[in-house]
Amino acid sequence: MANESTDKNSDKHGDKNNLRIKAIENGTVIDHITPGQALNVLNILRVGANFTNTVSIVMNAGGSRGDKDVVKIEGRELTEKEVNAISLISPKATVNIIRDFEVVQKGKIETPDSVCGIVKCINPNCITNSSEPIETRFVVTENEKKKTLALRCVFCESVLTEDLIQFIE
Amino acid sequence: MQPMHHIISTREYTKEMFDEILELAEKLEPIAKGEVQSKVMDGKILALLFFEPSTRTRMSFETAMLRLGGQFINMGAVEASSIAKGESLSDTIRVVSQYADAVVLRHPREGAALMASECASTPIINAGDGAGHHPTQTLLDLYTIKRESHLDNLNIALAGDLKYGRTIHSLCYALSRYHAKINLVSPPELRLPDRIVDDLRKRNIDVTITTDMEDVIEDIDILYMTRIQRERFPDPAEFNRVSNSMRITRELIQTAKPEMKIMHPLPRVNEISFDVDDTEHAAYFKQAFYGVPVRMAILCKVLGMEDRIREMK
Repeated sequence: MANESTDKNSDKHGDKNNLRIKAIENGTVIDHITPGQALNVLNILRVGANFTNTVSIVMNAGGSRGDKDVVKIEGRELTEKEVNAISLISPKATVNIIRDFEVVQKGKIETPDSVCGIVKCINPNCITNSSEPIETRFVVTENEKKKTLALRCVFCESVLTEDLIQFIE
Repeated sequence: MQPMHHIISTREYTKEMFDEILELAEKLEPIAKGEVQSKVMDGKILALLFFEPSTRTRMSFETAMLRLGGQFINMGAVEASSIAKGESLSDTIRVVSQYADAVVLRHPREGAALMASECASTPIINAGDGAGHHPTQTLLDLYTIKRESHLDNLNIALAGDLKYGRTIHSLCYALSRYHAKINLVSPPELRLPDRIVDDLRKRNIDVTITTDMEDVIEDIDILYMTRIQRERFPDPAEFNRVSNSMRITRELIQTAKPEMKIMHPLPRVNEISFDVDDTEHAAYFKQAFYGVPVRMAILCKVLGMEDRIREMK
C-alpha cells in the first residue's frame, strides 16, 4: 500500500488497517474520522445504494472503542462543501486524494468560519425552511458550556449544538 | 457609492449608533407633532409590506413619511396581492423595491428581513420578522426612556412574558450598551432565556431575577411591562393565576418613586389596570407617539438625509 505509506509511521494501527482495506487507484481516503461518524460521512457524500464504485469503511480502527474511522472511496474527489460538512462532525479528519495509487494531496480538514447550504436550520419558522430560494448560512461558534462546536443561524440566530446538526439531503 | 443602509437588527448596534438615531428623533419631534412643516422627503416613496397585522407600527411609519412630506404605497391585504398567487417574498421584494425608495417589511418568518435586504435594490427596514427582531420598536423604547427618564445609570424592571417577547430580548441588548441595571420580573415559566442572561452578564450588566414585582418597585426608574399571552398556558386557571400576579395596579405603584415611568409596547389586555392611565407614571401612550419621530429618524438615516436634519434649526 504505497499510497498510504506516509500514514504508516504516524499511525500505530496502520499495518493492521491496511490488511483490512485494499488500496484504491483513484479516489479519496478520509482518515482520522471521529469514531462512529463513518456512516454520517457517507451520508454527507451521498454514497448510498446507487453508488457503484468501491467504498471501504473501517469503524473503530484500533481496538474495542477505537481511535478512528476510515472511509476510502474509489473514483470520487470531494468538493469544498463536502469537506466543510465533514469538518462539522469530525474536525480532526484528514483527506487524502489518490491518483494512480499515489497520494497527490493530503491535508487536515479545517473547520471553516461559516458554512452555507450544508446544514438545515432547526427552527421550522426560519426563512431558510420556507419555499424561498435561499441557502442556509451558519456561523461556526462554540458551545461554551460543553466546549464543543456549535452553529448559529445567520437568519434566525438559532444555535445548533453538535447533536442537533442535520445535513440537507 | 455608499453601501445601502438597511435596518435589520439592533443586536450589534453600538451606543454611538443608538445615540445617532435618538438625537435625530429629538430634532424631528416638532415635525412629528405637526408644529413644524417639512418637505424633506418630497418626491420620496416608502413601500409598506405587512404580511402580518399591525396598527401602531404601520400607521406610525405612514405618519412619519407624510409628516416629512413624502408618500407611501401599501401592499394591502395579503389575500389581495400576488402573494395569494404563490409569489415568493424574494420576488416581491425585487419588484417592490424598484417602485419605492425604501421598503418597510413585517413578515411572520424569522430572518425574512435579512433575506429581503440581500435581494432588494433599496433599503429594507425590518418592522418585525416572526419571533426575531423588531429594531424600530427597540429604538422607540430607548427614545421613550431617554425622553421620559434617563438612559445613564438607569434602573429598569422588565416584567411579564420575558421568554417569548421579542421586544424584551432586543431591548435587553440595547440597554446593555448603556450599562443599565436590569431587574427581570416574571413567573418562572416565562423567564428570560438563559443565553440572554449569560450574554448580559458577560457584558458586566447587573441582572437580578425575581417573580415578585414588590421586590423591585421602590428602586426602579422604569417599569417595562409586557403582555402575557393566554396561548402560552394550556391550563386556563394557571394563566389566570400568573397574569393576576403580574398585574400593575395603583396599589402596587404606591411605593414607587414619583418619577418612575411605566412603559408597555401595547396592545395591553389587563396587565396594567386602567386606573393607572391617569397617573404621572403612565408613559405607554407617549411611547406609542414616540414611534413617529423615531421612525422619521430611521427613514432619514436609511435615505441618507441625516445631515439635512442635523442642519435644521
